[in-house]
Amino acid sequence: MAKIIVVTSGKGGVGKTTSAAAISTGLALRGKKTVVIDFDVGLRNLDLIMGCERRVVYDLVNVIQGEAGLNQALIRDKRVENLFILPASQTRDKDALTQEGVAEILEKLKEDFDFILCDSPAGIERGAQLAMYFADEAIVVTNPEVSSVRDSDRILGLLASKTRRAEQGEDPIKEHLLVTRYNPERVTSGDMLTLDDIREILAINLLGLIPESEAVLRASNQGVPVTHDISSDAGQAYSDTVSRLLGEDMPLRFHEMQRKGLLSRMFGGGRR
Amino acid sequence: MKLLEFLKRERRKSASVAKERLQIIVAHQRSQRGQPDYMPMLERELLEVIRRYVHVDDDAIQISLDSEDNCSVLELNVTLPKS
Repeated sequence: MAKIIVVTSGKGGVGKTTSAAAISTGLALRGKKTVVIDFDVGLRNLDLIMGCERRVVYDLVNVIQGEAGLNQALIRDKRVENLFILPASQTRDKDALTQEGVAEILEKLKEDFDFILCDSPAGIERGAQLAMYFADEAIVVTNPEVSSVRDSDRILGLLASKTRRAEQGEDPIKEHLLVTRYNPERVTSGDMLTLDDIREILAINLLGLIPESEAVLRASNQGVPVTHDISSDAGQAYSDTVSRLLGEDMPLRFHEMQRKGLLSRMFGGGRR
Repeated sequence: MKLLEFLKRERRKSASVAKERLQIIVAHQRSQRGQPDYMPMLERELLEVIRRYVHVDDDAIQISLDSEDNCSVLELNVTLPKS
């Protein structure tokens, strides 16, 4: 039976789509049959980050409105076997997304897949609520910054009340914290919230920590999820995150300041 | 003395200010979690009614809804100014 995981945050620009792309890629690389769905109707971006923007023919709304079959809309990833993308619509109005329609699609996907990742839009409106409604687990993406942490807390409130599991009195959604754009140097100098601060305030289980990294922009420029860049800090951090999601015990990395070696100090070696 | 305080404040790291602010706002957010949607409106209207008789500040009223086994208790706390 497939697990439905929503990648959400409340605030925009914190790395939801980057994380959804990286984590779904990581799951597929480990042989899990995975589909990642873009719920950001009107402003689709997941296809760009996944590098399949030129292969989009049908989208989520087409499927809901019966204009295309699910298999016609699913895009098979070119790099990894077992990975599929269901893109969002770019033009339709947001009301095109219905709870019944989403339920139907998820039911069908559940039969075929191990993991269904729902990439939520920012905000707490309809699209975001639908992305989280059917979830079994939630990855709450948070930057070490006040508005992001506050919005994450709001999202935790919604996960606990406005979802199917909450409404039907089932086991609550399993919540995971994913801290992104973490900069250990700024934490050390006292100008960035520490990981412990964020954990203390949000009080949910930590799934992973992604350092601020040049590799993330490079990955999105190329349309190759950063998980493929295994020599980069962010790629490795996402890989660790996927391991933890699969229940493995992984020590935390990249949360402490790296001592610069003599060579990198001389030649100004940047972050990989 | 003033100078010393000024220097101390200067040296206070921005991250600890952020944490303190977040702790307050998140605690406030959580106290409102799970309450019915009509609560902010009810609070506003109650405040209006009280103001017809006595002038109170916006934060002079505290309202909370607690659910016990088979009943809910609406607790209303109004701080009146000294007359």
